[in-house]
Amino acid sequence: MTEVDIALTVNGERIADRVEARKTLVDFLRDDLGLTGSHVGCEHGVCGACTVRVDGEIVRGCLMLAVQCDGAKVETIEGISDSGEIADLQAAFEQRNALQCGFCTPGMIAAAQDLLKQAQENESVPSRDAIREYLSGNYCRCTGYHAIVDAVEAVAQQRADKS
Amino acid sequence: MKIAEDNPPVLTALDRPNSYIGRSVPRPNLQRLTQGRGQYVSDVSLPRMAHVAYVRSPHAHARIVKIGKAAAEKVPGVIAVVTGAELAKVITPWVGVLTHLKGLKSAPQSAIAVERACWQGEAVCAVVARTRAQAEDACELVEVTYEELPALTDAETALDPKTPVLHASLGDNLCFERKLDAGEVDKAFAESDAIVETTFLFGRHTGVTNEPRSIVADWNEGEQRMTVYQGTQAPHMMQDLFAKHLNLRHDQVRVLTKDVGGSFGIKVHTYADEMATVALSKLLKRPVKFVADRIESFVTDIHARDHRIKAKIGVRTDGTIMAFEIDDLTGIGPYSVYPRTSGIEANQIVGLVGGSYKCPNYRAQARVVFQNKNVMCQYRAVGHPIATAVTEALVEMAAAKIGMDPLEIRRRNLVPDDGYPCAAPSGLKFEQLSHHESLAHLDSMMNYAGLRAEQKKLRSQGIYRGIGFASFIEVTNPSAAFYGVGGARITSMDGATVKLDAQGRISVASGVTEQGQGAEAVLAQTVATSFGVPIEHVRVITGDTDNTPYGGGTWASRAAGIGGEAAWQAGKALRGNVLAVAGAMLQAKPETLDIRSGIVVDAASGTERLPLEELARVAYFRPDTLPAGIQAELIATRHYVPRAWPFAFTNGVQASYLEVDIDTGFVKLLKHCCVEDCGTVINPQLVDEQIRGGVVQGIGAALFEQCLYDERGQMLNGNMADYLVPMAAEMPDIECGHVVSPTADSELGAKGAGEAGTAGAPACVMNAINDALRPLGAAPLTDMPFTPGKILKALGKV
Repeated sequence: MTEVDIALTVNGERIADRVEARKTLVDFLRDDLGLTGSHVGCEHGVCGACTVRVDGEIVRGCLMLAVQCDGAKVETIEGISDSGEIADLQAAFEQRNALQCGFCTPGMIAAAQDLLKQAQENESVPSRDAIREYLSGNYCRCTGYHAIVDAVEAVAQQRADKS
Repeated sequence: MKIAEDNPPVLTALDRPNSYIGRSVPRPNLQRLTQGRGQYVSDVSLPRMAHVAYVRSPHAHARIVKIGKAAAEKVPGVIAVVTGAELAKVITPWVGVLTHLKGLKSAPQSAIAVERACWQGEAVCAVVARTRAQAEDACELVEVTYEELPALTDAETALDPKTPVLHASLGDNLCFERKLDAGEVDKAFAESDAIVETTFLFGRHTGVTNEPRSIVADWNEGEQRMTVYQGTQAPHMMQDLFAKHLNLRHDQVRVLTKDVGGSFGIKVHTYADEMATVALSKLLKRPVKFVADRIESFVTDIHARDHRIKAKIGVRTDGTIMAFEIDDLTGIGPYSVYPRTSGIEANQIVGLVGGSYKCPNYRAQARVVFQNKNVMCQYRAVGHPIATAVTEALVEMAAAKIGMDPLEIRRRNLVPDDGYPCAAPSGLKFEQLSHHESLAHLDSMMNYAGLRAEQKKLRSQGIYRGIGFASFIEVTNPSAAFYGVGGARITSMDGATVKLDAQGRISVASGVTEQGQGAEAVLAQTVATSFGVPIEHVRVITGDTDNTPYGGGTWASRAAGIGGEAAWQAGKALRGNVLAVAGAMLQAKPETLDIRSGIVVDAASGTERLPLEELARVAYFRPDTLPAGIQAELIATRHYVPRAWPFAFTNGVQASYLEVDIDTGFVKLLKHCCVEDCGTVINPQLVDEQIRGGVVQGIGAALFEQCLYDERGQMLNGNMADYLVPMAAEMPDIECGHVVSPTADSELGAKGAGEAGTAGAPACVMNAINDALRPLGAAPLTDMPFTPGKILKALGKV
């Protein structure tokens, strides 16, 4: 099995490792770095449970290989949580019960934060339909989505009110 | 912005100071999940842990002629390659039958197939290696020689004399049959003014939990003990089954269930590959981990709902429903699933059809047959979505035929709210339901008259909208009547142990499990209220057979109603114990004292007498200062099992408002409403979220989800790109309302709420689509899921 040396930043930490060329980013994060907050739901890019940020863009951790992240800046739920970046979004999810089993939540929050950042840049508040559309690549079997839309909508409004 | 809908209802026996009953308090366990710090079984890693991957049969039915292991065994990292025959030395087979489902039969099922594979996806060989990737690599080198056998895939021909019998020892392909004939059905049909007769088809579908089934089994040869980390709904049930089939005692098996990434009934069954994983750990004397990948999930997670039902209703022109009749046929795969069996779904359908209505005339037949597809068993709302769809579609079709409004025909036939207690023609017993109040509430909540006016106006513009309803009943809080009486070692009881720690805080350990529905919040709310502390002072422990009282776990909407009642009683018992100590310390009669907000107070005046922290300090560290004869008992356990009623039935009604694009066949869901009655509402937010999540699973059944098989028994869409599930963009907002009829069987009065959404949603979406298309003369659609293709076909456009 071909192995490749990679060097990257994960949640601000400098990592140098040797990985199998075939290893996905999410397997590398979970199995090699112990970052189990990113979840594996479908392994073919549909469910969004493995959503992480690479160089500022959200990606599917199951559709990107670890070797493709050589030199990249990777951020997982553990990183964006500890930095405080999404504290308001997490609080809204908790208060609104926008998660039940919680398996989709790290990916859902990463996707929602991406939308909220775009909205802040455009100085707009996304509609419920726009929120639904943006999150439509993240599968949640528990909530029926209504509460998630409520939580994201509330944070969008709060952030708009603050700025 | 709808955050924190916090509407305390009028309190009754539960009216304690600082009560949390009826309040939308946030769940205590959410922060670790939003931070990515949950502990799902797929996250568990143990020293010396190996990974197993399974070689699975590519054929629906095949004799296993030979298994060549040599090449796989040579792969670096491979620890063992184990066949079914080899594993059978460690684990015994099982048979999924229940004695109270008379005549139900099945054949022995093995952890890994021995000699014969009976469905595409059945494991035929295990490969254990240091990593999952190595195990999968080696699986490709296992050489299995199969002799393909004829695949029995069509339920319709399963009982034909010329169809081969799947299990020769059983004599035929009939797993279970139930017949029912109540009242005077033929006479009632003869006296009907209109009769509607049609056939319903329900797409076989599955739970698609976001976290696939996962298990880590750790046999400790030194302790002679098995510790199993399992994403399950019923840890004590699994403890019993692992012990039984590995020839161990209960005290040698510990089942630990931490965070579970979705269950919905999928994770309450015995799966051959999970049993095999546990057996492999015993065989290899080290931890072994199995996590199903998504394709494995589709071909091995239980399927459900594959039913063909011929159904008939008779009505009078005044709307009186005269009779119902159904003939149900369902194919459940090659084995009845252990230990809950695959006869329950059909049995529920027979029990539930027509159950909301006064009509006493009802005839039913259900036949459950074997076939070479993946197994079927209980998935959320077992049988309810089918029974409700059949009943409610018949009612609306009959209403249309006699020109009556669909709500009016229900008003004329639903059992009156003052007509309880009563029994359905099928024998199901109802304590107190509220169909009429629920319907009235829904009528105003959705602005029915306004929507009808809008629908009419838009039709003239070529826009086709539909309104559909579904009244339903729901089985919750099951007593031993569900499984125990049939011989299954599945307890219907649950226990709670409440303890005061040395700082005056509380822990509650419960036999129910948290699957994300909020059981831990409910336990914390009930104990905080009945004992008398701020909810932040309560720590909840679930999912550990070593450290929780015996209990059934989470299924059939039992966690709040049964586990919550046990916790409520345990909190009260501990309050009594603590007040006995407080009385001794304060030289007061215990009955004159109470505990409020973590402080012992004078019950009459509310005057603060003693903080619990101080009481705990004295009781734990200075018991010598207590009066002679006073022994502090700062722990209490109580159990609860429903006894007065076999089930605590709930009821409700849903409505769907949608638009059908008659050019493309696409359905746009505009709004969905549900009013339900789950008795005492412990946490309004959690109940609403159970309803919403359940509704969307029901919408999935109505519009998207189906496990497609070809005639050779090959599943054609076993991935999430081809098997469609509801995603955010297609789903509507869902409005919820409540009527409260508590059960008198428990002090809390809470019934379950987990099935209601799923029970009614497919029916009302079907009725709404047919309502939309009725003016176009389309034949009613009765074949779920209602894909654009089927809708265009009904419109004669393709």
